[in-house]
Amino acid sequence: MPVRENGEIKTWQRRSTASELAGWLGWLLLVALFVFCWQMMNQQTLWIFVHDAPRQAADIAGRMFPPRWSYMERLWVPLWDTLNIATLGTLLGVVLALPVAFLAARNTSPSTRFIRPVALLVIVSSRSINSLIWALLLVSILGPGLLAGIIAIALRSIGFIGKLLYEAIEEIDHSQVEAISATGASALQVLDYGITPQILPAFAGITVFRWDINIRESTVLGLVGAGGIGLELSHSLNTLAWPQVCLIFIVILGTVILSEWVSARVRHAII
Amino acid sequence: MNRQIAGTTVASNYPQHWQRPPFISRPWLRYGLALGAVLYLIVGIGSVEVTWSRVWDGLPRGWAFVSGFLAPDFFSRGADIRAGILESLTMTLTSTVVGILISVPIGVGAARNLAPPLVYGLCRAIVALSRSFQEVIIAILFVAMVGFGPLAGFLTLTFATIGFLSKLLAEDIEEIEEAQAEAIRATGAGWLQLVNYAIQPQVMPRLIGLSLYRLDINFRESAVIGIVGAGGIGATLNTAIDRYEFDSAAAILIIIIAIVLVAEYSSGAIRKWVQ
Repeated sequence: MPVRENGEIKTWQRRSTASELAGWLGWLLLVALFVFCWQMMNQQTLWIFVHDAPRQAADIAGRMFPPRWSYMERLWVPLWDTLNIATLGTLLGVVLALPVAFLAARNTSPSTRFIRPVALLVIVSSRSINSLIWALLLVSILGPGLLAGIIAIALRSIGFIGKLLYEAIEEIDHSQVEAISATGASALQVLDYGITPQILPAFAGITVFRWDINIRESTVLGLVGAGGIGLELSHSLNTLAWPQVCLIFIVILGTVILSEWVSARVRHAII
Repeated sequence: MNRQIAGTTVASNYPQHWQRPPFISRPWLRYGLALGAVLYLIVGIGSVEVTWSRVWDGLPRGWAFVSGFLAPDFFSRGADIRAGILESLTMTLTSTVVGILISVPIGVGAARNLAPPLVYGLCRAIVALSRSFQEVIIAILFVAMVGFGPLAGFLTLTFATIGFLSKLLAEDIEEIEEAQAEAIRATGAGWLQLVNYAIQPQVMPRLIGLSLYRLDINFRESAVIGIVGAGGIGATLNTAIDRYEFDSAAAILIIIIAIVLVAEYSSGAIRKWVQ
C-alpha cells in the first residue's frame, strides 16, 4: 500500500495518487461518453411520438382488457410446441456442449495450445449470438417450423452450458483423479470414475437452469417463424388483436413462473 | 468375544465387487424418471413436423451462410452496418447507466435485512415483473408506445437491466457479513450511514462486476430487439438475412462476436483493478 508522508504524519492510502487520478479521469470519461451517447440517441427520436406515449399506453391497455379467454383452446398446441422447442433444444445443446466443455477445460483438453482456443471460440461465438438471431438464420435456411427453433435453442445453449461446465471441470479436486490413475486406469476410465462423479451435480444444475432460460427464450422464437406460441403472438400483433395478445402474455407469464419453480425445486434437490 | 465374531462374519461377507452408487438413490424415482424421459422423447420428437424437401432446398443457402463466414462482406452494406453498430452501442451504454442508477435503490429496497416489509414487497414485485418477460416482448410494447427507433430500445434495455441488477444486488446485500453491519450499528449510526459504511463497501466490487456483465448482455440484446423495430444493429441484420445476403450477415455477426470478446477481456481487467 502506498504511504504519503506529510511531515511527521504518515497516511496510508489504498492507491497511489496517480492511480487515484486515473480512476477519477475514467469516471469523467464515462460521464462524458454517456452525455454524448444520450444526445446522439435523442437526435434520432421523434418526440411527437414520445409525447403521445402515455395516451398510447392507456389506449393499448384499454384494448387489451378483458383478455379473450375463448382463444385459449387454440393456444394449447403452440404451447406444447414451445415446451418441445425448449426441452429438445436443451437436450441437443447438452449433447453438443459436453465434448466442447471437455476440450475447453485446461485439465482435460488434449492440447491447450491448439484445441483449447478453438473450443473457447466456439463457446464465445455461441454465447454472443442470441437464439432469436440463430432462429432468423435457420428459418431462412431450413424453412419455418419447430426444427429451426430447436436447433437455434441448441446452438445458443452450447456456449452457456459449455462455459459453466468447463469452469466446473477446471475446479475439480485433483487428488481423486490421481487416485484413479494410480490404479492403472486408462484416460477414459479416469474420465468416467475420477472426473464425471465430481461434475455430475453441477452438470445437472446447469442443464436445468438453461432449460428454464430456454423456455423463456422459446416463447418469442415464433416471431421470426420458428414455431411455438410466438407464432400466435405474431399473428395477433399483426392483426392488432390486443385481447388475444393479452391472453398470450398471461400464458407466457404462467409458463415462465412454472418453469422457474420446477427449475428451482430440482436444483434445490440436487444441491 | 461377540464383537470379534461379528467382525469375522463381516469380513467373510465383505463384497469383492464394487458398484458405484447411482446418482439418484431412490430406485422408483430413478426408473420413473428414465421411463418418463423415454416416453417424452417419443411423443416430443413425434410432434416435430419437418418438411424434408424444404430442408433439402435450403441446404445451398446453409452452405452460402457458411461460406459467408469464411469471406464476410464488410463493405457493400458498410454505411448501414456502421450506423447500426453505433446505435446499438449508444443504446447499450445509456440504458446500462440509467438502469444501474434506478436499480441500486430498488435493490436496496428488495433486500430483506434492510427494508421494511412494505417496501420489500413492492421492490420484489418490480423485480419479478421486469424479469418475467423476454426483452423482445417488452420491446414490442415500447415500440407500440414511443414509435420505432433507439428510444424504444433504450427503454427496453433499461427495464430489463432493473430486474437483473436489482435481484442480484438484493441477494448480495442479504448475504453480507452481518458482523460489520452490527459494528456500525453499535456506533449509533443511522440507516443511511449503515448503508454507506457497512453495506456499500461489501457489495461494491460485485456490483461493479455485475454492471459490466450487464453491459455485455445489453449489447447482445440490443442486436436482437432491432428485429421488432427498437433500433440498433438488429434491423440491419434482419434485412441482410431477408435478402439472403449471408456475407453481410456474417460480417455483422463477426463484429458482434468481436465486440463481446473485447468487452469480456476489458471487464476482466477492470474487475481486477477494482478488487
